[in-house]
Amino acid sequence: MSAPVDVSPPPLLSIEDLVVSYATAAGRTRVVHGVSLDIRAGEVVALVGESGSGKTTIGQSVIGLLPENGRIDSGTVRLNGTPISDWSQDRLDGLRGARISLVPQDPGNSLNPVRTIGAQVGEIFRIHGYRDRAEIDRRVLELLTRVGLSDPELRARQYPHELSGGMRQRVLIAIAVALKPDLIIADEPTSALDVTVQRRILDLIDDLRAETGTAVLLVTHDLGIAADRADRVVVLQHGRIQEQGAARDVLARPTQPYTRQLLADAPSLARAAQRRPRPASTPGEPAIVVEDLTVDFSVTGDRRGTFRALDRIGFSVAAGTTHALVGESGSGKTTASRTVVGFQSPTSGRVQVAGADVASLRGEALRQWRRTIQLVYQNPFASLDPRQSIRAIVEEPLLNFAPVPAADRRRRAETLLERVGLPGATFGRPPAALSGGQRQRVAIARALVLDPAILVLDEAVSALDVTVQAQILALLDELQRERGLTYLFVSHDLAVVRQIADTVSVLQQGRIVESGPVQDVFLHPLTAYTRDLIDAVPGRRLQAAE
Amino acid sequence: MTDVPFEQQAAPATPHRLDLRTSTSRLRRSFHPGLWISWGVIGIVAAFAVVPWLFTGHDPVDGSPLERRQAPSLVHWLGTDELGRDLFARIVYGAVNTLSGAVVAVAVGLVVGTLLGVVAGSSGRRIDDAVMRLVDVLLAVPALLLSLSIIILLGFGTVNAAIAVGVASVASFARLARAEVVRVRRSDYVEAAFGSGGRFFAVLWRHVLPNSLNAVLALAALQFGSAILQISTLGFLGYGAPPPTPEWGLLIAEGRNYISTAWWLTTFPGLFVVAAVLSANRISLSLRGRSA
Repeated sequence: MSAPVDVSPPPLLSIEDLVVSYATAAGRTRVVHGVSLDIRAGEVVALVGESGSGKTTIGQSVIGLLPENGRIDSGTVRLNGTPISDWSQDRLDGLRGARISLVPQDPGNSLNPVRTIGAQVGEIFRIHGYRDRAEIDRRVLELLTRVGLSDPELRARQYPHELSGGMRQRVLIAIAVALKPDLIIADEPTSALDVTVQRRILDLIDDLRAETGTAVLLVTHDLGIAADRADRVVVLQHGRIQEQGAARDVLARPTQPYTRQLLADAPSLARAAQRRPRPASTPGEPAIVVEDLTVDFSVTGDRRGTFRALDRIGFSVAAGTTHALVGESGSGKTTASRTVVGFQSPTSGRVQVAGADVASLRGEALRQWRRTIQLVYQNPFASLDPRQSIRAIVEEPLLNFAPVPAADRRRRAETLLERVGLPGATFGRPPAALSGGQRQRVAIARALVLDPAILVLDEAVSALDVTVQAQILALLDELQRERGLTYLFVSHDLAVVRQIADTVSVLQQGRIVESGPVQDVFLHPLTAYTRDLIDAVPGRRLQAAE
Repeated sequence: MTDVPFEQQAAPATPHRLDLRTSTSRLRRSFHPGLWISWGVIGIVAAFAVVPWLFTGHDPVDGSPLERRQAPSLVHWLGTDELGRDLFARIVYGAVNTLSGAVVAVAVGLVVGTLLGVVAGSSGRRIDDAVMRLVDVLLAVPALLLSLSIIILLGFGTVNAAIAVGVASVASFARLARAEVVRVRRSDYVEAAFGSGGRFFAVLWRHVLPNSLNAVLALAALQFGSAILQISTLGFLGYGAPPPTPEWGLLIAEGRNYISTAWWLTTFPGLFVVAAVLSANRISLSLRGRSA
């Protein structure tokens, strides 16, 4: 941190005693308390911490992109020894994109939806003074090829919505590396992508770095990614540095309890096998049986065209166990889970849940059947009504069935909220006052209040950072043991699946390519696709360190 | 790496500028003078409507012919008209006609429009199409023309003019309400409510309506302003309240004849209309900001 600058050249980027605060309704809140770190030329430094630790804020302060209510209170940011933290926005404009560039977190809304990819990549050249159109066009195509986009000429003419999330992230990387900057700040560049795409994107950043000697500040909550990709790791908690050093040392010999905690929470393939397998509680009928299930979607704009989301898939889940559906995005796993809970009607095939044929249920029978199976959504920010209080959200399912007296309803909701680990003070608040992890606890409480036998978890922990994710997984495990619940667990993250599931089906383009007990599938994958998924799980170095 | 210019290293003024910017923006967040004034204007106009005798001692209908067309003075603050009636009194007593007209107009538009929009947004494709095509037809006819046709059907009068203005705004309420309902209906929490066994109307009542009405209420405030304007327009054209009722639009229309000699007869009622409409717009803006 306080590296003596006497002999060696100054570090590429040096942050000294940075203090950042935000203006809130209750006055100024400090979120970064005196952080110092250096990045040398060509180095990859990972800034690791849970959400709210200030890691994104640090990345933003470096290039003067703090939100309007944010402010650097003290401290300096130096680029090659020149302080830039007090530069005006106009002066920083010359720096941004050319010397330091940013790869933003969410490829979904970081591109302008009404301009073509080519125009947006070309913009970086125009901003920085390139005038020759033909030259710009040529460089754009070169860049798009460079970041591994197939058919770059077509891509340059396309609009962002025509590209997948991984492709958009490649475009953002193309923009970031266009002018060969000295430093790229990558703010959670892959957390919105599924594992295989994530690995390809991180590989791409690695390659580009090796080629041009660009340094990378990698902001991530995933210690596994940090372990795989970084030379040095800086562990951040509540805006303070807990620990920093060479990735190898920090991961092998963490000195701080918080780092140890992060290490323990990181889902990794190595320590997954500790879960006791659940024996099927009742040896009789399986809780979920899916046979020959096919789901077609009609493609808009094409009268005859249909898209086959699921193609004759079949699996069964024994009561009291966890079955996982894994696959990349677009593999049909969400369609499968929605068909099981009755939100999507099958084109053909049979789905039997708790003894009832789901497709044949109508009206009141369907409503009554819903008590037995509940869905927990991926995004806890969208699945709770913003205008209801936490207590009202959990009470609501009880209103839909045989009347429960108000006092009794309240008691049941509160017992359950306490059971999922929410403090009593939050019960009267709206969801907006809660963190993502707390909201997901509310969603779980709402799903459980009707005492269902089956819970379908659609990427239920994917939006949460590792620490919270570990807590929610532990909670799900306890609840399953207490209540004999059956879980259908949909995820793209194999490390998580290995922690929680007994059996697994691997989906690829609507077909099941492999299924069986988790141990077998993970230790002896039969298909290249499964092997690819397993290899993509970050944290190889973490395993090696153990 | 020497191409970073060094001379600007000392720039201690920048943090101060930053300071100023953030603190003023915080001030702006907590205190909106425009919004306060707007509420003040609407409050005063509402007080005109409820207790007009507190604001003026003059009679709005009976004037003294000796004092006709007097310029603003201490006795007659805003002057007198061609029959010697005090203009300020006529504006104060006229507020009730204009305001109640606007309230009725907004109520008609809000209730009928929102109902149509919610029905269209929450039911199946066919009903949706039928309702929305009807709304398209309403939108295709210019609002003033539509209002005039309705008045000709219903007959002249303050209430009828208000209803006519209201019907002309049904289409915009319906479109907005439908869009909001469709947006909310696709959300995860509505699906989750159905998934936990919610019946159609219960979910509509508990989740869809509360979450979609904020934008509609903002439109209602906006519509309040334009309703005042449209009712005044109808009054000006002679389709609203009959003379000698002191209605703002009618005041402007009557004053128009004397615009070269008695400028105050058109100017002051006009200013009141402008102030009320602008205030309603500003309040609408704040409502919409809160919902976003």
